[in-house]
Amino acid sequence: MYTQGLDGQIGPVREAETAEEKAREAAFQAKIDAEIRIEPSDWMPEGYRRTLIRQISQHAHSEIVGMLPEGNWVTRAPTLRRKAILLAKIQDEAGHGLYLYSACETLGPTRAELVEQLLAGRAKYSSIFNYPTLTWADIGAIGWLVDGAAIMNQVPLQRCSYGPYARAMVRICKEESFHQRQGYEIMMALANGTAEQRRMAQDALDRWWWPALMMFGPPDKDSVHSAQSMKWKIKRVSNDELRQRFVDVTVPQAERLGLTIPDPHLRWNSERGHYDFGEIDWEEFHRVIAGNGPCNRERLEQRRRAHAEGAWVREAAAAYAEKRARRRAA
Amino acid sequence: MTTDRREWPVYEVFVRPRNGLAHRHVGSLHAPDPEMALEWARDLYARRGEGTSIWVVPASAVTASRPEDREAFFAPFEDKVFRHPSHYHIPPDVENM
Ligand SMILES: [Fe+2]
Ligand SMILES: [Fe+2]
Repeated sequence: MYTQGLDGQIGPVREAETAEEKAREAAFQAKIDAEIRIEPSDWMPEGYRRTLIRQISQHAHSEIVGMLPEGNWVTRAPTLRRKAILLAKIQDEAGHGLYLYSACETLGPTRAELVEQLLAGRAKYSSIFNYPTLTWADIGAIGWLVDGAAIMNQVPLQRCSYGPYARAMVRICKEESFHQRQGYEIMMALANGTAEQRRMAQDALDRWWWPALMMFGPPDKDSVHSAQSMKWKIKRVSNDELRQRFVDVTVPQAERLGLTIPDPHLRWNSERGHYDFGEIDWEEFHRVIAGNGPCNRERLEQRRRAHAEGAWVREAAAAYAEKRARRRAA
Repeated sequence: MTTDRREWPVYEVFVRPRNGLAHRHVGSLHAPDPEMALEWARDLYARRGEGTSIWVVPASAVTASRPEDREAFFAPFEDKVFRHPSHYHIPPDVENM
């Protein structure tokens, strides 16, 4: 998901120059080609390390910020069951963020640096979380479409060449399936409900469909850094291919709900064996990524407030640890 | 904005999925002390009954072999094929061996 190539910029990387350096890079690529996973203390090219730090940290930040639009509905969930489910899902997303921060730390950055980058507004996270959750149906649409797109993106990452990232993905993918299913179940309840509930479900699909497609990142022809990532097997499947797969599996799910996907160009292409679909508004995508989506400022403020208001919990934990240590020593 | 510059130590987390199996490394976390590391490991790595027992170990307590020493470190076993059962040729009509 969350690896939509927000910006692949990793700054200037010194190219291998001496014969020895070139041989080392070739040996590294040979390992990748032989499907040997790279582990934290193994030698790796600087560009590989920095690309991973960027991707994994953006992925982690996305999981953390992703809790906010859903958190908006915890106190207003329609039943106690839905509330417990939503809390459990949000807790999972916090866990995903933590697994990923841990994986990222194996490459050098400290947790404090990563958190600081997010709070300071220097880090990118998935564009999808800058859209508002206006009605309860949005919680259904997020589980169904946003977690659905996340699964599509994350499944191939389980085979990423970097061991700690791939292992975090295995855990995450196991947990995502419940997220998508609970969302679809919410949509089913609304789609089979009153006229007003059906209208809510359709409205949520109308607003989330295109942002969900944007989650896969810019088209392949514009993804400058994709080729190197594919060569390093950090990325296994291209943005456009993942997006196509997502459309192909999601259209029948929408039909089953009796809802209409808001795309007049959407039709089955029997020659290709895929759905054709309309042009994505890439200007909107770049606007949201650049910080000017509907909720960018609000999300960051909320995250900062939560961090500041949680300071006493961290301080209390540290004080308690000290007290216990003193007692043990006595 | 207050950001804690001080980092809590890293703990490696090991979970025994069920009795009869060994504890297995599942990941790591930061915590101020071992007791909290244990409780947080449960919340983070065993939310769905993934374990019957958890160990947390300060990452700083792990002594590891180094990748750059890999060849020299593991080489002594490479030429000792006689340590493997397939090294021995036993006629096929000898059973239960
Ligand atoms: Fe997640
Ligand atoms: Fe999720």
